[in-house]
Amino acid sequence: MTGLAIRHISMRFDLPNGGSVQALKDVSLDIKQGEILSVLGPSGCGKTTLLNIVAGFLAPTEGEIELNGHRVRGPDAERGMVFQKGALFEWMNVRENVSFGPRMKGQSRSEYGDKVNHLLDVVGLRDFKDKAIYELSGGMQQRVALARCLANDPDVILMDEPLGALDALTREKMQSLVLKLWKETGKTIILITHSVEEALLLGERLIVMAPRPGRIHREYTLPFADMGVDADLRQVKKEPRFHEVREEILGMIWDMEEEIMGRTEAGA
Amino acid sequence: MTPLLIYVGIFIGALVIVRLVAGGIARTGLSSLKTVTFGDESAVTPDRRASVISILTLFFLWGTFTGSVIVPPFLHMPGPALGLNSFEHTVQNAAGETDTATVTFLVYETELDAEGTESPVPEAPVVEPGEGFAINDSLVIEAYGSELAPLQDNDLLTRDDGTTIIAVNGQPITPGDRLEFEFGTITMSTRGSINIVPDQGMQMEPIWLPPPEDVLGRFFEISSNGFRNFTLWEHLGYSLFRVIVGFTLGAIVGIPLGYAMGLSNWARGWFDPIVEFMRPVPPLALIPLVIIWAGIGEPGKIVLLFLAALWIMAIAARSGVSGVSLSKVHAAYSLGASKTQILLHVIVPNSLPEIFTGARVAMGVCWGTVVAAELVAAVQGAGMMIMVASRFQNTDIVILGIILIGMIGFGIDILMRLAEKALVPWKGKS
Repeated sequence: MTGLAIRHISMRFDLPNGGSVQALKDVSLDIKQGEILSVLGPSGCGKTTLLNIVAGFLAPTEGEIELNGHRVRGPDAERGMVFQKGALFEWMNVRENVSFGPRMKGQSRSEYGDKVNHLLDVVGLRDFKDKAIYELSGGMQQRVALARCLANDPDVILMDEPLGALDALTREKMQSLVLKLWKETGKTIILITHSVEEALLLGERLIVMAPRPGRIHREYTLPFADMGVDADLRQVKKEPRFHEVREEILGMIWDMEEEIMGRTEAGA
Repeated sequence: MTPLLIYVGIFIGALVIVRLVAGGIARTGLSSLKTVTFGDESAVTPDRRASVISILTLFFLWGTFTGSVIVPPFLHMPGPALGLNSFEHTVQNAAGETDTATVTFLVYETELDAEGTESPVPEAPVVEPGEGFAINDSLVIEAYGSELAPLQDNDLLTRDDGTTIIAVNGQPITPGDRLEFEFGTITMSTRGSINIVPDQGMQMEPIWLPPPEDVLGRFFEISSNGFRNFTLWEHLGYSLFRVIVGFTLGAIVGIPLGYAMGLSNWARGWFDPIVEFMRPVPPLALIPLVIIWAGIGEPGKIVLLFLAALWIMAIAARSGVSGVSLSKVHAAYSLGASKTQILLHVIVPNSLPEIFTGARVAMGVCWGTVVAAELVAAVQGAGMMIMVASRFQNTDIVILGIILIGMIGFGIDILMRLAEKALVPWKGKS
C-alpha cells in the first residue's frame, strides 16, 4: 500500500461562456515509493493541473488520489511542492525559509536546528543562511526551495518546472543536485518539465502527455537517472539510447504541437 | 512678469556659469560609462548645486522684492518714492486768467512698533502761500497709498467761483485724464479733482508679502509669546496629535477590515459597497457633517481624520492580501501551515509593503485634512493659526504657517519612508 496511486482522474473546467474544457481525461498512474517520475508534454496538456490535483490544491471532477493507502483530500505536509519561481517568503531569511515547515509544526529550534543546517550544507548554502532571499541568485533561491521542502520530510516531492527559470549552466548543476537528493533521501519525486533532456536525465520513468483532452500518451522506463547519480550528466547525454529517445519524444511533441496549431487555425 | 523673467534669467545664467566654471556633475559607477544618457531616465541624477542655487534664488527674489536685509540694498528693487516731492498745477478762473501754484507732498511709511501701534502721521511740510489766486498746497501721503487732493479748497478763488485745474507740470489735463510723472501718477476725476498716486516702485507691500526677516521674527515671537493663547509649538502639536490619533484609529480599524475583505466572501460583499462609495468622497466634504455630529472640538477632528485614513488603509490591506501570490500560499499549505499560520506568517508580512504605501498616502491625506478642518473651525492648530492671521492681515504669520505645515508634511513622509525601509526591506525586490 505504499506509494502514490492516481486513479482515473478526470478534470473538466467550466468556462464563463457556458462551454467546458476537458483538462484531463482518465489519467491513471501508480508511482512506487522512492521513484522519480518526470512528466513532459506540450503546453495545455494538463500536466500542471495533474500536479495540483496530486498536491491537493484542486479536487478532480472524477477519480481519486491515494498516498500510502489513504485518500488525498487537500494539501498536506506529506506532499511537498517546489514551484517554478521558488515561492519563497521574502520577509524571512534563508534559514527561516528552510525551517518554515518544522516551525509551523511547533518544533523548537533545538529540534530542527541540526536538520536545517544539514540541508543547508547539502544544497551548498551554509554561508548564506542569514542572507535575505532577494540577495540570492535564481539558482540559489531554487536550492532554498528544495531545502525548505526537504526540511519538512515529505513522502512525495512535487516539482512544477522547478528549473525552468534558470540559465542553462545553473540548470545543469541543479539537475545533478536533484538526482543527488533523490538518491540520498529516497523520496518519491514527480517532476514536471518543458525540457525533454531534463525529463530524460531526471526521470526513472517518463510520461509524455497529450493535450485535448489531457491524457497519458506514452510511458518510458529509462536508465539515465540511475546513471546520472554522482556522474557527469554530459556523459549521460552522449549515450546513444539517450539521443534516440530524445529524438523520438521531440518528434512526438512536435506532432502534437502541429496538431494543436492546425486545429486552432481551422477553428479560427 | 519681472520676477518671472529674473527667475528664468538666473536659471539659465546659473546653469551656464556653473557648467563653465565647475563642469557637469561627475557621473559615478556604470553611469560614467554610458554613452547614451539623454532619454535614459536612470542616468539622470539631481545636480545638488542646482538645488542649492534654486533655493537661494527663491530667497533672493523674495528679499529683493520686499527690500529685505538678506539682500544687499543695491540689489533691492526700487521701493516707493519716499520723502518730499512736488509738482505745479495751473488753475484757470472764470475770466480765463491762469495762475500756477506748487503742490508739495511728503510720502511716508507707517512703521509698527513692538506693541503693534502705528507710528504717527508726520506733519505736512510748511510752504509759502505764493502769488496769485492759486495758493501753494502741502500734504502727506502714505506709501502705497493715494490722495484725492483738495488742491483748490485753500485757493483765493475756489471751485465755487468757477476755477478749474487745466494743467499739471505744464501738461494739459481734463477730467478723466491720467498723467504719468517721475514721482507717480496724477489722475483727474470726472468732477475735476486731482488724485495723486505716488510711485510705488517694484517692491511688494508687507501686507502682500513681508520680507523673510519679518517671517523669521514672527517665528521667534510666536514660539515664545504664542498666538491666540497658544504657543506655536502647541498649535503644531495639536495638529500633529490629531493626525496621529486619527490615523492610528483609522489603521487599527481599516487594516483588519481590509484583511476581512481580502479573505472572506461575506465580508467582501458586505463592505465593498461602503468602501467603494466612501473612497471617492473627499474627506473635506465630510467636515460639515462631522461638525454637526461631533462639534468643532477634538472628537470632531479625530473622527474626520479617522474617516480619512480608514478607507485608504482598508483598501491598502485588501490589495495587500490580493497581492499574495497564490504559489506562496500553496507552498505554505503544502509545508503544513494552518489557516491561522498562513494569515500570520504569509498574508500579513506579504501585505506589509502595500500597507506601508497606504499609510504614506493616508498620513499625507490626514495632514492635509487636519489643516483644512482647522481652517474651518478650531481654537488651536496650524490651520487655525494661518486662518486667523489672514483675517487680521498678518501675512507674515500666514507665510510662516504655510512653511511650517509644508516642512512637517515633508518630515512625516520622510519618517514613513525610513520606517518602510527598516521594516519591509524586501519591498520591490522579489
